[in-house]
Amino acid sequence: MDTSQHSLVGPLDAPTEGAWGSAPYPVLVADIQGGVVGLNPAAAVLLPTAAVGSRLADVAPAWIASAHEQLTPGPATADDAAGSAAHGCLGDRVFQGRPSRTDDGNVMWWLVDDTDRRKAEVSLDEERRRTSFLAAASSALLASLNLERCMEVTASLAAEHLADAAVVVAPARGGRFPVTHCGADGQVVHRLVEAEPAGVPGLGEALRGFPPVPSRWIDPAGIASWLVPEDLPGVGSAVVTPLPGHGVPAGALILLRAGDRQAFSESEEIFARLFAARAGAAMSAARMYAEQAAITSTLMRDLLPPTLRAVHGVEYAGAYRPSAESDRVGGDFYDVHPGTDADRETMVVLGDVCGKGLEAAVLTGKIRNTLQALLPLAGDHQRLLELLNGALINSHHTRFATLLLASVRRLGRTVHLRVTSGGHPPPLVVRADGRVERVDTRGSLVGVFWNIASTTAHVELAPGETCLLFTDGVTEARGGPLGDEMFGPERVEDALAHCAGMPAEAVVDHVRMLAEQWVGHGTHDDMALVTVTAPRHAHLSAVDGHTRGRFTA
Amino acid sequence: MTAANATHPGLTAVRDRLWTAVRAGDEYEACAVVVGAVESGLDPETALLDVIGAVQLRVGTEWAANRLTVAQEHAATAIHERVVAALAHDPEHRGPAPSRSRITVACVDGEWHALPARLLAEVLRRRGWQVDFLGAHVPTPHLIAHLHQTGARVVALSATLSPHLPTAHAAITACQAVGVPVFAGGAAFGTDGRYARALGADAWAPHAREAARVLDRGLARPEPLAIRQTVDDLPHLTDQEYTMVVGTRRELLKEALVELEDRFPPMRAYSDRQRQRTAEDIGHILDHLAAALYVADEDLFIDFIAWTADVLTARDVPAHSLDPALEVLGLRLRDFPRATRILRAARDTLARHLPAPRKPGDGQHV
Repeated sequence: MDTSQHSLVGPLDAPTEGAWGSAPYPVLVADIQGGVVGLNPAAAVLLPTAAVGSRLADVAPAWIASAHEQLTPGPATADDAAGSAAHGCLGDRVFQGRPSRTDDGNVMWWLVDDTDRRKAEVSLDEERRRTSFLAAASSALLASLNLERCMEVTASLAAEHLADAAVVVAPARGGRFPVTHCGADGQVVHRLVEAEPAGVPGLGEALRGFPPVPSRWIDPAGIASWLVPEDLPGVGSAVVTPLPGHGVPAGALILLRAGDRQAFSESEEIFARLFAARAGAAMSAARMYAEQAAITSTLMRDLLPPTLRAVHGVEYAGAYRPSAESDRVGGDFYDVHPGTDADRETMVVLGDVCGKGLEAAVLTGKIRNTLQALLPLAGDHQRLLELLNGALINSHHTRFATLLLASVRRLGRTVHLRVTSGGHPPPLVVRADGRVERVDTRGSLVGVFWNIASTTAHVELAPGETCLLFTDGVTEARGGPLGDEMFGPERVEDALAHCAGMPAEAVVDHVRMLAEQWVGHGTHDDMALVTVTAPRHAHLSAVDGHTRGRFTA
Repeated sequence: MTAANATHPGLTAVRDRLWTAVRAGDEYEACAVVVGAVESGLDPETALLDVIGAVQLRVGTEWAANRLTVAQEHAATAIHERVVAALAHDPEHRGPAPSRSRITVACVDGEWHALPARLLAEVLRRRGWQVDFLGAHVPTPHLIAHLHQTGARVVALSATLSPHLPTAHAAITACQAVGVPVFAGGAAFGTDGRYARALGADAWAPHAREAARVLDRGLARPEPLAIRQTVDDLPHLTDQEYTMVVGTRRELLKEALVELEDRFPPMRAYSDRQRQRTAEDIGHILDHLAAALYVADEDLFIDFIAWTADVLTARDVPAHSLDPALEVLGLRLRDFPRATRILRAARDTLARHLPAPRKPGDGQHV
């Protein structure tokens, strides 16, 4: 307050002679009954009707008068020299009134203009609240890589913090828009809507990534009914904000306020855009993840191990565990190619490509395809291995593979196998009495030497007997109680010895579980197991063993 | 599924016939028994839970009593799997088309006992849920990727053995962190569900029917910001006792074996195979001790020791050989107050438990 205004004020009484008389802050002195006993020029400017002798209740704002009444009467003591400050408005400004006692028991009110500090505090609080909301929203949005879930989180956060209701519209899929609503009750609803976005003001632009249309341009009456949650009592105002994606629009966020609520301010619109930027980024990430996952699963479909079942009266089962937890494929593989009819051999292949992970899996896929093409030559295992060997040596891969081929055919109740190893550990057979035998087949690695050799073994399985093919990931699994011992072929044989007469799946499960429990949480190579089992109970070869009534016990 | 159906007079007979078929490893007979019973009017859910589930329970009991080998247990489980599949594929008894939300049913990583989860998956499918059954020991990253891809509304997570609790905890918090509530089921979570609560699961039920009822009522989405660290649920883990036991498991085991040989003379005459069995047993003891430290519950360990004593007795292995093992581990872990307390309590229980005359293989503790 400028002291030059002193001249505006009339003659002052004695109390003005203190230091406060020329203080830059308005000062008002009142006795304890509320009678004004003094004021300085600044106070006189602020309260034009105030004069010595007037009543505080008549000339000062109510908040000062009532604060004054709250003060305890009595002479000044050291303790109550100051009462607590009061706040209130004077005109369009905000003041803080600080009481202090004078020696004669009166109260001196210092009035400090607080308007700017208050404004700064309010906007700081608002900024803090918004920043923490944006941080929290980012965490919540990034939690899921599922698009629908991201839309749900976006809609519910927006409805809770920014408006009465919120709607998220994603770009159309096949002419229909995925729409997520969240109303005041917090209930989220997903729908697929067939609609024309151009009909909604601002929506068509938002979905094409244009700058947002100011909310004052949007006629709430033009908001289509498919965008309005049922429980919203009429739309009073609406903001349509684009959800920016990574280079493409991720959709649009529509904030709605009910009829009786004020319109969106500019700062609210800007804040909605800040939130929309985060929501859009999360939705784009989720969309990209879904696309990648779909591509991966399509490409990987052929690399995954097949589901095995009974074919032509012989049971098959397989199990596969890639070395790394995050992998679904690796360098081990197996396939069963059913014979065209029960009189023809079914071809079983189990292999192990040097290396692991996706790279090995890709070569694995090539070998599997090549073998499938070579199936017509499966009558001669050595020839088939030679052709595959040639194909591998001539490719740019430096990897090689080991393989087991088994051609299987059932005659009567006996299952006949021709088994050939291409550098692979021989399979094991468990007999009906629990004896375990190694199949006598040997051969060269595939893909290393120009000339390869192999010997084919003939095996007959009586009912209840199983031939187990496995990769060295099983025998070389390190673990056990002491953590560093190999599972070893003996333990595989031991495990198999208990499996006489068991169904194919049970044999696979049993051996696999023992090997994997042996490994525990330790690292291991890819593991693959396949069983060929002669069923204990004969049943007609045309069925898969699931259909009741078509088998003979 | 009605009460009358569950106590169907023929139910015991059907169960006995299935048991006989399973015991003989005859999957075709097993299928014929169950599908036949359903065709003659048995409710499919009753067939799943009160016939197959009940017989599977008996398989576990018989294994504990040493009347079935592990391999036979696997054979029985494989047969039950096929019977469940036969029922699911039978066009007449397949059940309704899915009309409700999508649910993922999975066993935690390392958990091999998939049949309880499979039965729950079938029950839910028959009640109209859209079920993705991921099977035995599902690595947590695969589970989470599946949730992202399918947007499943809820996960039902199964764990049978207590040592899987820490893995289950990681899976529960991971699912919740991506906004999917977790229903926990299986013996590992405790007969009263106390470990499911300790690990912060959203719901738990003692059996499949109750599980279906709980899931029918719906589970709320976890707070999107409620991402928790292990110690937020289990603050006692900051004492590092669990970390220490798991981190030095191999050393503890080796030292215990050496010391045990000094203290338990019969062990000196053990064959390699017996030595390996002993090492495996001590490994199990350490795993259960770790689990008990993890959830801060000494009963978990005491129950395991009592159960192990019965299993050993049924196999003519002197159960008092457990005591020196506990003593040796107690000495090794003497600087760890919680582990020491748990091991001492287990020894006290063992001392009280052993003198009781017990017919080999009554299996009542399973």
